[in-house]
Amino acid sequence: MSAIDYQSCPALALGVRIQKDAVSGEPVLLFPEGVLFLNSTAREIVARCNGQFTVEAIVSALAAEYDVSGETLRGDVLECLTQLHERRLIAFPR
Amino acid sequence: MKYRPYLLLAELTHQCPLHCPYCSNPSAYPGGGELATEDWRRVIREAAELGVYHVGFSGGEPLLRADLPELVQTARAAGLYTNLITSGVGLSKTRAEALHAAGLDSAQLSFQADEAALGDAVAGARVHQEKLEVAGRITAAGLSLSLNVVLHRANIERLPEIIALAESLRATRLELANVQFYGWAFLNRLTLLPSRQQVQAAFQVAMAAKQRLAARMDIFYVLPDYYEERPKPCMQGWGQRYLTVNPVGQVLPCPTASSIPGLQFENVRERSLASIWFESESFNRFRGTEWMPAPCRTCPQREIDFGGCRCQAALLTGDASATDPVCTLGPNRGLIDKIIAEANGTARPQPWIFRKNPLRDRLPS
Repeated sequence: MSAIDYQSCPALALGVRIQKDAVSGEPVLLFPEGVLFLNSTAREIVARCNGQFTVEAIVSALAAEYDVSGETLRGDVLECLTQLHERRLIAFPR
Repeated sequence: MKYRPYLLLAELTHQCPLHCPYCSNPSAYPGGGELATEDWRRVIREAAELGVYHVGFSGGEPLLRADLPELVQTARAAGLYTNLITSGVGLSKTRAEALHAAGLDSAQLSFQADEAALGDAVAGARVHQEKLEVAGRITAAGLSLSLNVVLHRANIERLPEIIALAESLRATRLELANVQFYGWAFLNRLTLLPSRQQVQAAFQVAMAAKQRLAARMDIFYVLPDYYEERPKPCMQGWGQRYLTVNPVGQVLPCPTASSIPGLQFENVRERSLASIWFESESFNRFRGTEWMPAPCRTCPQREIDFGGCRCQAALLTGDASATDPVCTLGPNRGLIDKIIAEANGTARPQPWIFRKNPLRDRLPS
């Protein structure tokens, strides 16, 4: 799997959607034959995977929201996106 | 919530244009008419309230129900992920677009082989060409496409070509399901069971493809459990994650559970899904580990494989609470070894027993 480009805009892959859990009220990712429960960081990231924001913009938005440096967050965001990409839950449309 | 179902398998009808000899539908169909649209809509909403995430519309062939788009819409409105499990027969461009508009999330299309001669022979119907066209209609409608291919003695050696077909059809998921012996498949077990050599070769092919295609396609390989030494964690445990509602409204802990002698299944026409899920005798019969015989009861694997499959135990030993005969630690492994020996010793292929449709009228009652 190639490295993630900071200027690309991640989006949920075809057949994947966010759904509010009927029992817990928390968002989960649903896809063919699967459910992925998201931790709080992943929730914030996935909410922005709509094809409108670059990876760089997601890092900046989260850094501003939580008042931490982009450098601190960058690693977490990349790790999360890489994992989701490896599971084909997000895509990087051209 | 201690027991929360994740998936509702909604078997809308037992009618099907295909006659595959490995069908897991019961070879003796339950009596009664099909559920009406309103029954299904209520079942779907009750499933969502129970915490179900996914509904799989299946059959038979679910496209035979004209109310399918309406049921998809109901499921989406209730927040469920909707998957159509189909042979593809009858999925016109208009129909595919209507299902997409109704909110269908994905479609799982079956193939019997990579090419028409074998595919049509297995299906007992001339359908392969239409399936190829349907795959295109599914992706063109903007739906996620999964392929499901049941592997058995007659098609398992064509696995490289089957994988190439899935690639060319732009499937995002490929389920390679070694045949499991329930329903019609159980009747055909001696002719469908591949040889050990076939199984080993197929495994290598599937694993290599899984790596090679990792970025594009999710390959899910269902192991042939007769050749395993430990049983499969069937349904992730009885009454834990899955429920099936069959065409006449019976609620089953697993799609093939009606093969278990003596087990009565409650009907959604008479009771709510929640009361059946939590309180019924059938859902509680094999929940947890209390019901287990030796050696399962004290086995370190008991929370991993849950004692294996109850239907398989019933079909092969006559006792649904026996250890799954696949397990080499249990007393009944000889039954599996005997089938393997018989299947591999068959001098010439026997004719398949093709799946037949229910004879009686299945109109909603």
